[in-house]
Amino acid sequence: MTKTTKSSLNLRTKFGDWWEGANAAQRTIFRVVLIGLFFALPMLNNPIIDTPETSFDSVLFYPLIMFSLMAVGLNVVVGKSGILDLGYVAFFAIGAYTQAVFSNRTSLNFWETLPFAMGFAMLAGVILGLPALRLRGDYLAIITLGFGEIVRIVAVNTEAIGGSSGLTDIEGPTAIFGMEFTVNDPRPYYWLTLTMLLLVIWGVIRLSHRKPGRAWEAIREDEDVAEFMGVATLKYKLWAFIIGGAVGGLAGAVYASQIRSIQPELFTLNLSIMILACVVFGGMGNIWGVIVGAVILGYIPEKLRFLSDYRIVFFGLLMVVMMNIRPNGLLPRQKREKFQEKSK
Amino acid sequence: MDFSILITNFWSLGLDGIVVGAIYALISLGYTLVYGVLRLINFAHSEIFMIGTMAVYFVILQFGFTGYEDPLPLIKFIGIFLLLATVAALVSGGSAVLLEIVAYRRLRNMNASRLSSLISAIGASFVLTEVFRIISDSKNLDFPRLINKDPFFTWGSLYLSADKVLVIVGAAIIFFFLNRIINHTKLGLGIRAVSQDERTAILMGVNVNRIISYTFLLGGVLAGVGSAFYMVFYETTKANVGFLVGISAFTAAVLGGIGNVKGALYGSFALGLIQQYTSAVLGYNWRDVVTFVILVLVLLIKPTGLFGEALQKARV
Repeated sequence: MTKTTKSSLNLRTKFGDWWEGANAAQRTIFRVVLIGLFFALPMLNNPIIDTPETSFDSVLFYPLIMFSLMAVGLNVVVGKSGILDLGYVAFFAIGAYTQAVFSNRTSLNFWETLPFAMGFAMLAGVILGLPALRLRGDYLAIITLGFGEIVRIVAVNTEAIGGSSGLTDIEGPTAIFGMEFTVNDPRPYYWLTLTMLLLVIWGVIRLSHRKPGRAWEAIREDEDVAEFMGVATLKYKLWAFIIGGAVGGLAGAVYASQIRSIQPELFTLNLSIMILACVVFGGMGNIWGVIVGAVILGYIPEKLRFLSDYRIVFFGLLMVVMMNIRPNGLLPRQKREKFQEKSK
Repeated sequence: MDFSILITNFWSLGLDGIVVGAIYALISLGYTLVYGVLRLINFAHSEIFMIGTMAVYFVILQFGFTGYEDPLPLIKFIGIFLLLATVAALVSGGSAVLLEIVAYRRLRNMNASRLSSLISAIGASFVLTEVFRIISDSKNLDFPRLINKDPFFTWGSLYLSADKVLVIVGAAIIFFFLNRIINHTKLGLGIRAVSQDERTAILMGVNVNRIISYTFLLGGVLAGVGSAFYMVFYETTKANVGFLVGISAFTAAVLGGIGNVKGALYGSFALGLIQQYTSAVLGYNWRDVVTFVILVLVLLIKPTGLFGEALQKARV
């Protein structure tokens, strides 16, 4: 692990030092400026960050902020607890389908459906997790992969939820704080998702500094030892799954309400892999790294549209090269030395 | 649900299951061998198979078949098939070795986490799929019919046709030679040694990098031959064919116990049969759901697959 610290960007160490030395006011100012900057992103219209062919606003919503939200959710499972999940898209799909079905069949609006979307995704986490989490490593990965595929194929084959043509006429969220959600303007959705992302980040950071976070870390480092030392491993792994699932369901619900019609083909294994790539590429277990990974991996294919057909080729090459240069991701998780220093 | 299909077509479905299983087996062996040696899911292995089918397609293009001429005489067909299989084996084997050097070797020498290798392999897999998608213009590439596929032998619901016999006999010959290689050659000994204990193997003077290269070569060659069989049997390919076939082959490897050669073999045949029978009863659409549900059940009851995960004890 000392190797990782050495290979870390120098800028990062400098920032870390500054952050350590900063007082509460400086930290608050930094946070406010950063968050404000992110909220202002759709207003900037900067030709350097603009994407060719697709409007930057819609790129901001999907893939950038959607990938970030899902990557933060998956990070709880893969990065924090070390459970390799190749079927994360299943939760995203369940959230999206719940939103679509409730919108078509009931009079509940977006906000009232949201708890159901998250709830069903959490329930799916329990149903999958209870049997699957008894397994480890690659076997668990395959079961999750299978689960992701099963959810998609069931959606394709069930006519009651639209079969392979999917569901249309999904309602958008009703106006909130004077913000109207219309079909043509993705910006309110971006702001909404950014707010959710901030809340999720806040929650995950809270959790990781408390007992569940320590349990996850112990499980990731050595499950046998963790169990021996009295960590209820199955319980905490299940919670990681449920929390990850809830975030996936949340993302799916917002996504469905923005694009207004969904098809099973939106929820393929490729999306699971893409989100996993965001997590690993950015730096597993480090929430900021994961977001950086999501932003980069979401942004690059859009920016590369001038390469048209060759953009995915280039993108794949970039993944191979980057992993070979920085196998632990761009901003790898740092060891717990900091925590130990604090507790002394 | 229509169980009468199951009874009227029992034998022909079974035969198809064995044919499909033999093709799966050739691919899943590549997963299993690499897993045995490296403890790593070679995610790009399905693309190695896809390259094989592409090689077969482009070679047959050189012959100028239109697909409408009379079927070839058996001897000529076997000659052409051997050529196709050889080219596919060389191309797939070569790409597998190259893949290992580009996507895995450096990461392995750095002792990086297995997830890093997984992402690197996924990147490589994207590149390969996309390159061939562009080359093939996202179209299905159809393979000409070279051989008369009418059944030449009928017994009840069992119809034997030349292509199915070719796949089964061909695969049996390959499994025989694979058994010889793994159990009776120095290379096989090396592979088994590295999969049992890499460090001790190094101490004993085994050149681990070379063994790993050979393992990828072996897996690639098997996938290449499998792709030749696949093309004769299914007669079509496309850039994402690897994904569809790869998932099944990989499931088969896990079903039998990944890392275990015998397990990959039996797992593949079991999966081939299961898929044929369930798609006959429930409809083709539910095939993959049943596949995965069975996989989940097997793993829950016996988490290391039907035959455990030891390559070193393997007997093909």
